[in-house]
Amino acid sequence: MRVFHFTEQPYAPAWKDHGGALRITIPNSRLDPKLASDLLHRYYDEWQLADELGLDIMCNEHHSTATCMASTVVVTLSVLARITKKARLLVLGYPLAHRPDPLRAAEELSTIDVISRGRLNMGFVKGVPSEFTPSNANPVNVEERFWESLDFIIKAMTTHDGPFNWESENFHYRQVNIWPRPWQQPHPPVWSTTGSKHNAQRLGERGYTMATLGTGYATKPLYEAYREAYRAKFHREPPPDNFGYLGLVAVGETEAEGRRRGELVADYLRTLPFTPAPFRNPPGYISVDANVHLMKAAGRPPNRSFTKDGRAINMMTGSVQDLIDAGIMFCGTPDQVYDQITGFAESCGGMGNLLSMTHAGFMGHDDTVANLSLFAKEVLPRLKEYRQPNEAAAAAE
Amino acid sequence: MALADGKSTIEVSGIALEMEVRGNGKPLLFLHPEIGMDRAGPALNALAKGAKVIAPTHPAYGKPAVPLSFNTIDDIAYLYLDLLEAHDLRDVNVVGLGIGGWIAAEIAVKSTQRLAKMVLVDAFGVKHGDRDARDIYDMWFVTDADLQKVLYLNQEIAARDNSKLPDDELYAIARAREASSRFGWRPYMHDPKLKGRLHRIKIPSLVLWGAEDQIVAPAYGRAYAAALPNASFATIEKSGHFPHIEQPQEFARRTLNFIEGKSA
Repeated sequence: MRVFHFTEQPYAPAWKDHGGALRITIPNSRLDPKLASDLLHRYYDEWQLADELGLDIMCNEHHSTATCMASTVVVTLSVLARITKKARLLVLGYPLAHRPDPLRAAEELSTIDVISRGRLNMGFVKGVPSEFTPSNANPVNVEERFWESLDFIIKAMTTHDGPFNWESENFHYRQVNIWPRPWQQPHPPVWSTTGSKHNAQRLGERGYTMATLGTGYATKPLYEAYREAYRAKFHREPPPDNFGYLGLVAVGETEAEGRRRGELVADYLRTLPFTPAPFRNPPGYISVDANVHLMKAAGRPPNRSFTKDGRAINMMTGSVQDLIDAGIMFCGTPDQVYDQITGFAESCGGMGNLLSMTHAGFMGHDDTVANLSLFAKEVLPRLKEYRQPNEAAAAAE
Repeated sequence: MALADGKSTIEVSGIALEMEVRGNGKPLLFLHPEIGMDRAGPALNALAKGAKVIAPTHPAYGKPAVPLSFNTIDDIAYLYLDLLEAHDLRDVNVVGLGIGGWIAAEIAVKSTQRLAKMVLVDAFGVKHGDRDARDIYDMWFVTDADLQKVLYLNQEIAARDNSKLPDDELYAIARAREASSRFGWRPYMHDPKLKGRLHRIKIPSLVLWGAEDQIVAPAYGRAYAAALPNASFATIEKSGHFPHIEQPQEFARRTLNFIEGKSA
């Protein structure tokens, strides 16, 4: 199993007295650029440490929010490509449906792949609902634009005999010829996220790596939908490396210390409600059917996190124990954390990439360094040796 | 081919259209606003007392599936020009409300050959202010419940409990919300080219406005009328953005008077 250290690069000083809005409408006067600079430098230092400790790296972007200062992940990747040495650099994700220009995306990502000497994993997402307001991209027809952008980027990265033409409803290019081309051949690995079986099938058909977030013990049906589509297309089992899971990770020398760090990391989930209501469901982002269900439920979306024994968890308000029970957080001593992670991987039939939120919210530098170091020393080596459940099954076939 | 009275679904240029036809007299093409088609409300019947009301449900607002590429107000305008031609409708009075007013203007800049007069009611479609000005209230910057309060002067109409509505109405609301975004998300509820083309609409036009409209202020309507070569402007008192809902009889009376050449 590979483990990717992830932080959203939060600006936690603004998380107090926000009046219910941490996203979209929170004025940027709440950010002190000097403090922001200190924090960003610190996050890069911690990613560098993760690289030295043998961990891989994940980064992302969000817009108009105090929860994530990476408003363009290309900047994050560019810095990381230069200052790290061994780590895979996973962006999850690059919000394609917010972007008017996939050519620019292909150029940026190819350049980053070359600078990093082939360490980029390209995770593409549509973009979260609330950010269609700041990007002003039309939330209708997101699905089609997303897949077309992705097709375009792959074609741009894999065409090596001079310019090609691409004129569609959405995108208009006549002489596409990207320089530099990517280091990895035929192109950097493609990742994406999903919360639906439909999307899991689409990813499985293409063999892209699929990650989920906060799905806890409801993850298996999504993985199974992927596996079924993958088998139908490729006539073999997908390897565990094709699956990723974002979990919150807090480890301590003692259980008490792990739990204390767990409370700090859980603050990430506790900021989720603070998106002002008008932006949570832009028109057309979800289907007409889904909107009718929402209206009937007076706007409350269904819970989608469950414990092993089927108890529903609200991951925004749940206790650390709830989050552990639901497989959303892996927390405690190194032994406990190892058992929780591998237990979770067993539950979904194999999972080769742990996307580890090892820092969030107000967690300070010392705690982050300790969390990373202890994990890398005591848990990571065992996870690297861990034999996935479906590897055993595949060997038996 | 004559259009059947009542409710029907017809096909125009490969697009399925839900139609509502009522009344007798000169044809009146009724273009519904961004909240969709309201068959049950009093406005259509009031208009049908003095005209043959032809009221299509705009593509994507109705039940029939619409290709993803059908996504501009221009697409709707050309479709309705095809509708007039396919049914050889002449001397048509076009009445458009909100986003339907935008459609009416886009039809008329293309061709007024089959049109007699045009009535724009609290219409979208143009940008008058400078780049910093928000001419049209951002209807997606508030919750739907808060939007209701802004849309109507009469807060009793605004108070709507979605959880108590029948499925048909919920689906219509959900489709209308998505369809309005499909056609009007960006540029927001207007076509930057339209204002420069309004000079082509030489038919007599009436720009009718809810005096208390908070979505597009009456000043926007006055500027709309000023940009049309042959238009007058009038307000309807005690109404927000939807005079056909808040003052349906007055809306119909003013519209029919204008069409019949009486003073509005």
